Amino acid sequence: MDRPQYPSTYKRHPNPPVVIRNATIMTATGQEIQGGSILFRDGRIVSVGTTVDAPADAVVVDGTGKWVTPGVIDTHSHIGVYPAPGTWAESDGNEATNPVTAEVWAEHSVWPQDPQIPLAIAGGVTTIQALPGSANLIGGRSAILKLVPARSVQEMKFPGAHYGLKMACGENPKRVYQNRGPSTRMGNMAGYRAAFIQAEQYRRRWDKWNKDHSGDAPTRDLKLESLAEVLRGNIFVQNHCYRADEMMQMLDLAHEFGFKIRSFHHAVEAYKIADVLAREGTAVSVWADWWGFKEEAMDGIYENAALVQQAGGIPVIHSDDASGIQRLNQEAAKAMYHGRRAGIQVTRDQALRWFTANPAWVLGLDSIVGTLEPGKMADIVVWSADPLSVYARAMQVYNDGWLVYDRNDPAHQPKMDFTIGREP
Amino acid sequence: MIAFLLAQTIAITGGTVYPVSGPKIDNATVLIRDGRIAAVGTNVAIPTGATRIDATGKWVTPGLIDGAGNMGLREISAVQNTNEGTLRGNEVAAAFNVTEGLNPASTLIPVTRVEGVTTTLAVPGGDLVWGQAVLIDLDGTTIEAMVAKSPVGVVADLSENAKGAGGGSRAGVAQRLRRIFNDALEYERRRTDYSRAQMQDLSASAADLDALLPVLHGRLPLMVVANRRSDIETALRIAREFKLRLILAGAAEGWEIADKIVAAGVPVLVQPMDNIPGYDALGIRYENAALLAKAGVKVSLMETQTENSRNLRQQAGNAVAYGMTWDQALRAVTLTPAEAFGVADRYGSLEVGKVANVVVWTGDPFEFSTGVEHVIIRGKEISLRSRQTELLERYRTLPPKY
Repeated sequence: MDRPQYPSTYKRHPNPPVVIRNATIMTATGQEIQGGSILFRDGRIVSVGTTVDAPADAVVVDGTGKWVTPGVIDTHSHIGVYPAPGTWAESDGNEATNPVTAEVWAEHSVWPQDPQIPLAIAGGVTTIQALPGSANLIGGRSAILKLVPARSVQEMKFPGAHYGLKMACGENPKRVYQNRGPSTRMGNMAGYRAAFIQAEQYRRRWDKWNKDHSGDAPTRDLKLESLAEVLRGNIFVQNHCYRADEMMQMLDLAHEFGFKIRSFHHAVEAYKIADVLAREGTAVSVWADWWGFKEEAMDGIYENAALVQQAGGIPVIHSDDASGIQRLNQEAAKAMYHGRRAGIQVTRDQALRWFTANPAWVLGLDSIVGTLEPGKMADIVVWSADPLSVYARAMQVYNDGWLVYDRNDPAHQPKMDFTIGREP
Repeated sequence: MIAFLLAQTIAITGGTVYPVSGPKIDNATVLIRDGRIAAVGTNVAIPTGATRIDATGKWVTPGLIDGAGNMGLREISAVQNTNEGTLRGNEVAAAFNVTEGLNPASTLIPVTRVEGVTTTLAVPGGDLVWGQAVLIDLDGTTIEAMVAKSPVGVVADLSENAKGAGGGSRAGVAQRLRRIFNDALEYERRRTDYSRAQMQDLSASAADLDALLPVLHGRLPLMVVANRRSDIETALRIAREFKLRLILAGAAEGWEIADKIVAAGVPVLVQPMDNIPGYDALGIRYENAALLAKAGVKVSLMETQTENSRNLRQQAGNAVAYGMTWDQALRAVTLTPAEAFGVADRYGSLEVGKVANVVVWTGDPFEFSTGVEHVIIRGKEISLRSRQTELLERYRTLPPKY
């Protein structure tokens, strides 16, 4: 356990300093700077404001008529684990052989040549959490990835990021395991509890051995290792859960075992318990408008994110979808404007934070990415128009200061191997 | 009460009117009487007693038409018992008309119309020949009150999803479809022989073959789902052979052969936000709608996900972001689908005599910042309530008052 486990080999791509001038800069810290400039070098934001001094060797980008925001972050993606072209051969997102598979790691499934990666990049996405699917009660560890072309997933792993643990409530596990169990929601709960009871014991054994090193080390168990890390607070629980009453059960489960649920995912009924979620400090990763495709999704409303925001909670607009991930700005706009039409005050900055700073917090990366502030990683999107407009397109995307995408320059439009030789 | 509603006169005044059939008119009035549009223009006399809707500063358009989905046929896709759109066990379901599967009480209907979609196609699902699609208005307490046209066309699938019905091969699918069409014509010629059992077995039931005759005589369109370029070409080839009126749905790689589609005069239904490559369509891309329109194809836009049919306007906005003109996009969700479905004499534009499906928006219908202020379907103003607005009111302040 002292040896590094599948360590990140991510390296920043060298890039000259860049200054973007005369743009509208939305910082996700409450500011919308008209005629603003932003300078970044060596992968870090140096300065943001109306007057920014740039070194002589800086590439100057004319931002006239453009908008600049932090890079888009998606807390819920299956890119890489469910890649295009969507055949069985590379569908590696659900280890649906046991209801508890905390031992599997999404990074061991991620295909870095997924042709969906460049599409998401062209939507301004710079960081994703690639999650196992929701077939299982406990589906395994997530992978936190910089969205850059790479030969291996290790080259994409966000250095120092906390793993997430995917858990799932409700219909999916009880449907997948109906013949062997769990086949009910009470069976789901018993399944989580049994797993964490084992994990508590495992953690105690290891904590004791790590302290006194007496006798043989306990046998490693990958499943319990993941769960013990949740109990220690080192792995963040990312919990697929639609219904309000089930989220309340999961909060009780977390209390029983003394861990935090970092974010509920999908959470179409979060608005029914927005007060509780705010008190618990649990974020919600939601869609703007998905609803109705199954019974536990029937009560979805447009104002979900806005109501969570109003209650003092932490809303995130997530995708769970390789198409939706390309338009998280649009989804946030949809949720913001519907909230406003319903009389709920949501600022543009708050809506921007729904797909930048708040997801950064859900991944534990909020001190590194998610806003445009000096010292933050230079994950930056230049938009053709107000990013909360349906007509806005990401024109340039910088990931860690590197121009990974430029809509006007084919030399900066990454292609995956899959696409090579298949273009019409 | 019914007489009163029919006699209702509504004057929408002061708005910027987009008739679609002609250029926009500033500060215009749309007069609605007896369920129809009675007048459109800047010099419209408003009858006394008319209900006035002040649309000053607002945009007025025809109700949007979504040429896809299972509206009224599917309440919750994952709950089988609430699905009516697929005739199981019949791969050639040409006689399957979905009308009596429609549920006027579906919660999806108010959810959809309060966002400005007033008319949708209700499309069956299936294997090879899916059945007959019908056009419905999103209001009415009975099936009869909702149906705008039935049938609109017979739907067939030439995409990879149909391969099971063709022995696992696209060639098998095309050959089977031809055999079915030829059998339908043979059946028509030899009905007496058929009834005396003096014919070899036919490749579909008599009812289904019968239902294909309007298609084979060019009276009813064949709507073909096809995405791969070669599948689109197969659809065009079969349509030429049998002299069919074709509508293409999907057409993800259509942009690659836009000239051929134009030459064939075939209208196309496109979902602009689709761009995830699969083996059915590796050439799929955001610019499809724009490139087809630019080449002169009659492009309608669609949102295939029934519960979010309301996102049709987001589809249109994205089509514009990727190169369609705004005017083309508005036409592509109003008059162009009305033309494709053979109802342009009644739907798709704000012209005198047409069915009064009208939406008053706070601004550009495609923008997220725009809200819907008024929805009028068949001349009746619709309440902007849905199950979702009621859930919002119930939980707006917590704890809720049960």
